[in-house]
Amino acid sequence: MTELISHRDVARLRTASPGPLAAEPAAAVVTTPGRPPVVLVDPTAGRRRTTRRRRVPPEVRRFLGPALLFALWWAVTGLGLVSDRALASPAAVLGAARELWRSGDLVDSLGASLYRVGAGVLFGVGIGLALAVVAGFFRAASDVVDSAMNFLRTIPVIALLPLIIVWIGIGESAKIFLITVGVAFPIYMNTYAAIRGVDARLVEAGQTFGLGRFGLVRSVIVPGAAPGFLVGLRWALGVAWLLLVFAEQVNTDSGLGYLLNSAQSWNRTDIIVLCLVVYGILGLVSDGLVRILERTLLSWRRGFDGT
Amino acid sequence: MAPRLRRNVSTQDPQHPAYAAGADPAPGVGGGVAVLARAGTDDAGGPAAAGRGAAVRVRGLRRVFGEHVVLDGLDLTIAPGEFVALLGRSGSGKSTLIRILGGFDDGVEGEVLAARRRSVVFQESRLLPWKRVLPNVTLGLSGRDVADRGRAALAEVGLSGRERSWPATLSGGEAQRVALARALVREPELLMLDEPFGALDALTRIRMHALLQQLCRRHQPAVLFVTHDVDEAILLADRVIVLTEGRFSLDVPVDVASPRRRTDPAFDRLRVTLLAELGVDDLADGSH
Ligand SMILES: Nc1ncnc2c1ncn2[C@@H]1O[C@H](COP(=O)(O)OP(=O)(O)O)[C@@H](O)[C@H]1O
Ligand SMILES: [Mg+2]
Repeated sequence: MTELISHRDVARLRTASPGPLAAEPAAAVVTTPGRPPVVLVDPTAGRRRTTRRRRVPPEVRRFLGPALLFALWWAVTGLGLVSDRALASPAAVLGAARELWRSGDLVDSLGASLYRVGAGVLFGVGIGLALAVVAGFFRAASDVVDSAMNFLRTIPVIALLPLIIVWIGIGESAKIFLITVGVAFPIYMNTYAAIRGVDARLVEAGQTFGLGRFGLVRSVIVPGAAPGFLVGLRWALGVAWLLLVFAEQVNTDSGLGYLLNSAQSWNRTDIIVLCLVVYGILGLVSDGLVRILERTLLSWRRGFDGT
Repeated sequence: MAPRLRRNVSTQDPQHPAYAAGADPAPGVGGGVAVLARAGTDDAGGPAAAGRGAAVRVRGLRRVFGEHVVLDGLDLTIAPGEFVALLGRSGSGKSTLIRILGGFDDGVEGEVLAARRRSVVFQESRLLPWKRVLPNVTLGLSGRDVADRGRAALAEVGLSGRERSWPATLSGGEAQRVALARALVREPELLMLDEPFGALDALTRIRMHALLQQLCRRHQPAVLFVTHDVDEAILLADRVIVLTEGRFSLDVPVDVASPRRRTDPAFDRLRVTLLAELGVDDLADGSH
């Protein structure tokens, strides 16, 4: 025998026993003779999609964070809480951007920096991938390559800078070399681990169905290792931008880092902040590119069925 | 040299005798000589020794992992078209045997010969998650009509129209049917299945039994079917062997009239025998 008791009783029961009951929106209490009462609640309560209340789209919510920071910046500078010398206002930064755009300095700096990062990432990814493939596929090579890479990895890349300067001078190639080294490691580490982590059972299945060495690499190992490679790529891009800043501190007459350094000596915080904003945008763009790459390469993960 | 006789059963050819073949392996169809190859990594080198009228010939097979003797001198012959069920407790070495016959194990002692064209269906479907269903089925095949053959195989397992689905979107039963299609599209002389339906629900399993029987009748491969389910073995196989402590402790033909019913006294007698062999004496446990 089951008996539904009224909501008034529920309310009494809720006030009588605090704890989890008080927090749950109880709907009914069911009592069966000889058994403790069971409180029934709606597990979907508060989680149901209502058509009435429009939900904020995630794109808008993602935009909200940066917008809030921007507003804070505006407020802090606009209200005079910090002086113009310490932190330029958004309007001043915009003015600096306009000025440097007109003079061509912004485009030149951007071009020089993008070239360095692009070349460094290209070589770094190439070298990291090649080493990972060699170490991943050949047991003998893996013992040598992997231990060497793991040893070298412990050296901070920045510490190589003096050596690089001795070796290849302070020109363009030194900057690209630094970024190449910095990029190669995360690419190698993640790709090697991913190749070694490819499900042996899938490799076995591929062998059963007549895949040769090349077929296995193309159909099983490369797609299986792709997620790990992409993790490495995202990491590598972050490293690349960081190293760019360092590289451009050393004897340069072009690039964002040069602009940043010069702005410091000119005491132009508007240009300094402009450079930071540009770095931020570049980081976002490169992250977005990896995201697009992930979406196309890993579409199978979500069971995406578009044609 | 071994006489080569390849059975080219085209799934699109209704005139082919394989289509009309009955439940028993008719000598004219299933009795061909499978080209036996040493089940190893170098089976492309040609059959070193060939057995007449056998899809599997194993003599004195031993497999040892460290101190642990898993397979201890096995002898096994499977005739072309014969359906053999292999029973054994968990850890008795059934998968190890399949891996050896599949050619994935290079640490074996003894003579191991298996048909050159062989396919495996594993417990997990092992479809490549980054390939759609059709390329999974035709994996490793080449030729101009490959896609058509793949489509025909999918139609045979009742999955027409799912060619472009991603494996992640398939149910367990569907994934196993794709795995079956992938195995059968190669027209194997030896089909090995390692607990293929172990992870499926009871209803799906019944359907898969019917499908497997139908496909085996049509294509006539020799079958080595690994299971831990005694009823499944009796339902499907011509012959049941039991692997106990590294040896075949029992090798019996299934003499149960078709269509086989669990309520048949002959079915029940064999079940009791097999369960006893597997060390399950309490019948109440085994009568699921
Ligand atoms: N690569 C391996 N290394 C060591 N032991 C193994 C290996 N493969 C299988 N074994 C052992 O061999 C025995 C049989 O395993 P398996 O063939 O998977 O059993 P089954 O399929 O009958 O359940 C188990 O005891 C297992 O631990
Ligand atoms: Mg097993």
